[in-house]
Amino acid sequence: MTAESGRRIKAIGLISGGLDSTLAARVLVEQGLDVVGLHFSTGFCMNDHRRALDRPGEDPRRMRNEGLRAGADLQIPIEVLDAGEAYLKMVLNPRHGYGKRANPCIDCRIYMIHGAADYMREHGGDFIFTGEVLGQRPMSQHMQALRLIEKECGIEGYLLRPLSAHHLPPTKPEELGWVDRNRLMGISGRSRKEQMALSEQWGLKDYPQPSGGCCFLADESFARRFHDKRDHTPIDSIKREEMILLKVGRHFRLSPAVKIIVARDASENQFLTRFAGLGWSFEALDTGSPLTLAEGEPDEATRRLIASITARYSDRRNQALVEVAARRGDTEERLIVPPVADAALEGWRI
Amino acid sequence: MSADLDELREPAPEDLRADMTIDTVGLFCPVPIIRTSEAMKRIGAGSVLEVISDDRVILIDMPAWCRSTGHRYLGARRSDEAFHLFVKKAEGTRS
Repeated sequence: MTAESGRRIKAIGLISGGLDSTLAARVLVEQGLDVVGLHFSTGFCMNDHRRALDRPGEDPRRMRNEGLRAGADLQIPIEVLDAGEAYLKMVLNPRHGYGKRANPCIDCRIYMIHGAADYMREHGGDFIFTGEVLGQRPMSQHMQALRLIEKECGIEGYLLRPLSAHHLPPTKPEELGWVDRNRLMGISGRSRKEQMALSEQWGLKDYPQPSGGCCFLADESFARRFHDKRDHTPIDSIKREEMILLKVGRHFRLSPAVKIIVARDASENQFLTRFAGLGWSFEALDTGSPLTLAEGEPDEATRRLIASITARYSDRRNQALVEVAARRGDTEERLIVPPVADAALEGWRI
Repeated sequence: MSADLDELREPAPEDLRADMTIDTVGLFCPVPIIRTSEAMKRIGAGSVLEVISDDRVILIDMPAWCRSTGHRYLGARRSDEAFHLFVKKAEGTRS
């Protein structure tokens, strides 16, 4: 498809690599447009985290970058963009609030579409598209939300949703003849049957499980930790590293000022080791032990409690007393403590 | 690094020499790909970029990135602690 000048029309799309964004891009490729995909790295992608942990035996397909996989399948260039600190600020202070978990879906879409608009201004492009499907997600994909997102991004008329286009007013690309509206889709709702039929038709077989979700912000367990962090920390001081740590281990809040993270396996131990220099860390001696990191400044009694919790998750959990090292910088204390009782743990678990 | 993904490695030719090398060891996904994309913009068509990474899944992502952008993936070598991947910048690529 070309403009009046004969120039090829270029569409800039948000490509997560999920089924919907892949199909949306494919719909436009079918119409002969130049398509460029933008894949935002938010820091909250589960695949990226699995990759950082690198557990033995993990299926590589659960660790790969799905945006790049989609780009390879469709033969379209993918630009991977780091969403950065501004994205974290948005996640901590979403103007339109959170969904059921810690998911600021409306603000997230606005952030990414703004980013796509900036990319389009810098690198050229005629309009933006997304794989949004009307009525598929309760927070961000109902009619009012779709209109709000477009309005707030300041690109009214230039945001195309190819999969749900027939349910939405014609966009400029359709009115100008850049895109054939008749060859766009009229998909709506939560069922993925039509998308799966399309993927079959186009031979797109290697995509992540539809609606499986790759975002920590929509995960129940992560969301509890996220909101606990927001409730106990000045929001403006929360750093990216603290968000990374919310993804790992068992979390216990021992007081308003002290929280601990207990690794669950060797991969998490290795992962947490990178953060051990930030404060107190605990480890049972001469046995298999989780690494436990403390956030805040635990006093002597609290350090004994943390040592007891660490002992509980060590290989000596059935012994009466366990020796635990508590370290901070060059300081090391040796604490001999009983493993804490399971019943007591539940009151602290986040 | 476990062996299962290493089996996917396409060996790079022994005599291959890079025009530019970037070291992304210790960087989490997808930063190595972002750095690769930035570096490719700084070299000319036909030049070869070497990317050093200890992220074994890059053996999947780098060929995919090359298929999407039109650059040519030349394969990878393995050293003790890292992979060395080679990418040739093609003429008139999509990125």
